[in-house]
Amino acid sequence: MTKVVSGVLGSFKHEDDAVAAIKGLKEKGFRDLTVYSAAPNHHLEAALDHPVSWVRAFTLIGALTGCAAGFGMTLWMSHDWPLLVGGKPIGAIPPYVVLAFELTILYGAMFTVIGVIVLSALKSLRGRAYRPEFSDDTIGVFVPCAADQRSSVRTFLERTGSEEVSEHGA
Amino acid sequence: MTSVAHDHPHPKMSHADVTRDVVRTLETPSRGYYLALFSAVGMFLVGVATFVMLLKDGLGLAGYAPPVFWSVYITTFVFWVGIGHAGTLISAILFLFRSPWRTAVYRSTEAMTVFAVMTAGLFPIIHIGRQWIFYWLLPYPNQRFLWPNFKSPLIWDVFAISTYLTVSTTFLCVGLIPDIAAVRDKVTGWRRKLYGALSLGWTGADSQWRNYTRGYLYLAALATPLVLSVHSVVSWDFAMSIVPGWHGTIFAPYFVAGAIYSGIGMVLTLVIPLRKVLKIEHMITEYHFDNLAKLTLLTGSILFYAYAMEYFVAWYSSNIFEQTTFWRRAFGPQWWAGWSMIICNAFVSQLLWFKKIRTNLTALFIISIFINVGMWFERYVIIASSLSNDFLPYAWGQLNPTWADWGILIGSFGWFGMYFLLFARTFPVVAIQEIKEMIPMPRRKGGAH
Repeated sequence: MTKVVSGVLGSFKHEDDAVAAIKGLKEKGFRDLTVYSAAPNHHLEAALDHPVSWVRAFTLIGALTGCAAGFGMTLWMSHDWPLLVGGKPIGAIPPYVVLAFELTILYGAMFTVIGVIVLSALKSLRGRAYRPEFSDDTIGVFVPCAADQRSSVRTFLERTGSEEVSEHGA
Repeated sequence: MTSVAHDHPHPKMSHADVTRDVVRTLETPSRGYYLALFSAVGMFLVGVATFVMLLKDGLGLAGYAPPVFWSVYITTFVFWVGIGHAGTLISAILFLFRSPWRTAVYRSTEAMTVFAVMTAGLFPIIHIGRQWIFYWLLPYPNQRFLWPNFKSPLIWDVFAISTYLTVSTTFLCVGLIPDIAAVRDKVTGWRRKLYGALSLGWTGADSQWRNYTRGYLYLAALATPLVLSVHSVVSWDFAMSIVPGWHGTIFAPYFVAGAIYSGIGMVLTLVIPLRKVLKIEHMITEYHFDNLAKLTLLTGSILFYAYAMEYFVAWYSSNIFEQTTFWRRAFGPQWWAGWSMIICNAFVSQLLWFKKIRTNLTALFIISIFINVGMWFERYVIIASSLSNDFLPYAWGQLNPTWADWGILIGSFGWFGMYFLLFARTFPVVAIQEIKEMIPMPRRKGGAH
């Protein structure tokens, strides 16, 4: 059974209300917010002010690994059983560029997906309250907080324009 | 029903409207859908029966005879690989260019890409004859521990197609995750459990979007050179040889333009009836078809230039073998194939200069059929005409396709259609999340931004 994270969940129909709530909560020291939206939203991103995702590092490492694997595999296998074909050198670089290119793309793409999964899993969302309406016209803001802080957070969310506020946790 | 403006992709709908209309496409399908599905399954079974006969009696059934040993199967292989190019062009390249019109059509074109490449992948396996050792094409030592010849464009092709299939499938699946979650939040019972499992715990949290949007961008950036490279590599299957009519430096761009042209032709063939069957005419509008038609016109015009350039180069080269090949393409025994290719691809596409035609869906559908036929004939002409008349006149021959060729061709359309229809019934064919991204959230101060 997933343990429910103690906190307050607010729903916002208006984007600027949600942005104001996020900024206000951050000023009050609530940094570990979870903001739900149906689509990526640059106003929410700006309010949250997260650093750029490290997925790019996975992509780069994957692409470089693929490129090295492409040249490494073709050169090693060519020299493992040296056979002269078409008068070309045993380890002919130009034709192997095609294979190295394909593996660069393949490994880059696979590492990117792994990066998205790993980095998304680093922040566990287990036990954080969610409502199905967040996949439509509603923005959700979940504020993890101790039981004694819930009532002040609830008041703040209501004041900033949240249409529906609920408290979660024991 | 809420409608979208015809001259702008910006839908005047709410997020809930989008989800509701797309989820409705996953409910009980119409009779037309079942008719299409059963037809596809029937065609697929024709292909299966033909393949069983090929396994039993060998490739001789399929009109493989000297000097043409690459015949209808390789023609159809190149045809299907080409079809698979429009999807990634629309989903990845137009994503990087921030073209707003792609959002309504890219999911169906991506699915088309994956299923077209899956179909194409069957043909080299059918063509090799001894299908049970197809894995010798992979970097795996075969008899006497020999490795594949990495200097051969055929092995480049194995890598290019496998990479393309893997990356296209990944791109499709990654794009589907937020949409499956949106469907999960709307359905009930076992479907909620199924879509819940497939959505991988997606909730649209900021930590998920932050990594997802970056990852999607990099996947698009990787898929862009890939889509251009794959048909270039397919073209090198031909151009790396010295066969007349094949050995041309124009082949890579010529094949890439042709692939995109044929792919968009198939998109039009599929999406025009699909939007009616699924009742999503208000989401995929004349605006989208107008843009698809413009892309068709562009690639069709590049093809027109490439055809003209092939004939010009043959004449200007003073090479008797090149000149004979191209003379026979136009006036030889299979002149009808050569002219079908030129009329369907180079001339018919020029009708799209007229906006009235670009926005007339009946006309577009008819043109798309011409494109499909023309692009199949293009590959047939390239393969059959060049191999029939090589350097040595005493070895000349003629490709005469048999029932086994047509059986597998029909089966391939059934196999492709079956997967596409099942996909359209199971997953959102319109990208819910990207359409929502274009709909501004309401603002208390100053309305929508």
